[in-house]
Amino acid sequence: MARFQRSSSDTEPEFTTASLPDIVFMLLIFFMVSTVLREQNIQVRTQLPQAEALTKIDQKRLISKIHIGPLKQGKNKGNTAIQIEDALIENRKTIRNIMYNKLQEQPKLIASLKVDKESEMEIINEVQQELREAGALRINYSSNRENPPQR
Amino acid sequence: MAGLLEQRREDREGGEIPTAGMADIAFLLLIFFLVTTTINVDTGIGMTLPPKLQDQQPPPVKDRNMFKILVNAQGELLVEEEQANINQLRDRVKKHVTNYGNEPDLSESPSDAVISIKTDAQTPYDTYIKVLDEVWMAYREIWDQIARTGQTPRGESVGLGKTYSSYREYYNSLEPSDDNVIRDAFGAQISIAEPDTGD
Repeated sequence: MARFQRSSSDTEPEFTTASLPDIVFMLLIFFMVSTVLREQNIQVRTQLPQAEALTKIDQKRLISKIHIGPLKQGKNKGNTAIQIEDALIENRKTIRNIMYNKLQEQPKLIASLKVDKESEMEIINEVQQELREAGALRINYSSNRENPPQR
Repeated sequence: MAGLLEQRREDREGGEIPTAGMADIAFLLLIFFLVTTTINVDTGIGMTLPPKLQDQQPPPVKDRNMFKILVNAQGELLVEEEQANINQLRDRVKKHVTNYGNEPDLSESPSDAVISIKTDAQTPYDTYIKVLDEVWMAYREIWDQIARTGQTPRGESVGLGKTYSSYREYYNSLEPSDDNVIRDAFGAQISIAEPDTGD
């Protein structure tokens, strides 16, 4: 009995919390620095057009981005290309399969068309026809606000 | 050589800054950053493509209800068979959809009115978006008016309950399950015309 008593009374069993803030600060700094917001490696230039009648898409998980614009580099630099996720689309007829598969996973999919403003409508029409084939009918012409507010 | 200074220092043991609260502060900061980091919200012009045509033809639209906008490769506009300027477009669209059968060339009712935009293969995308934006803004301005007055342009109540300063404010107040009564009362029909297939 005596032995038990002594062990519980003499030393106060506390662990030091002094370094806890350091750990949390490390976490904080890690998050602040590493939040690069998963910017894909976009290989096409997409300078978005400006518009006024904008809607916001709050549910990010519904969005599937399609980039259309001139290639930034490579031997075909300047040629208009389509990029979905990380891959450039070689054959435009494959878009319907890609989008169809995505639609099976997310029935409320919104195809966000990030199109360079100097593109021609031909390629957009073509992509839209592919989207119709796939049944992905909700689209969004990604554009920026006109005259960005001065801060 | 145990000087007076050293002795005093030894006396003052326990003079520590309490660090227990530091963790809480850091956690608050962490949570603040986690919550406020809005990862730049995607904005754009929403559209719904027409479903793929099977065998049936699209339902016919009366010529008077159709407001045709053609954009050519140079970015020039042909509105209802005559050349027009993009600056006039918004007012013309508004006039067309709020006609309620008054003028024989314009729409019979807002729900019958269709705005058709047709582009050429070489039309710049920028111009297309500008045209589409003007058409949407025409509807937006009408919706703003409905949100402010609670009435359609013809004076029918839409059952808004209260008035809002703008359509956006009304839209933001909607719960996901709510019906958008403004759009139900005054819907927008914007059609992207089928591209010509092979000439």
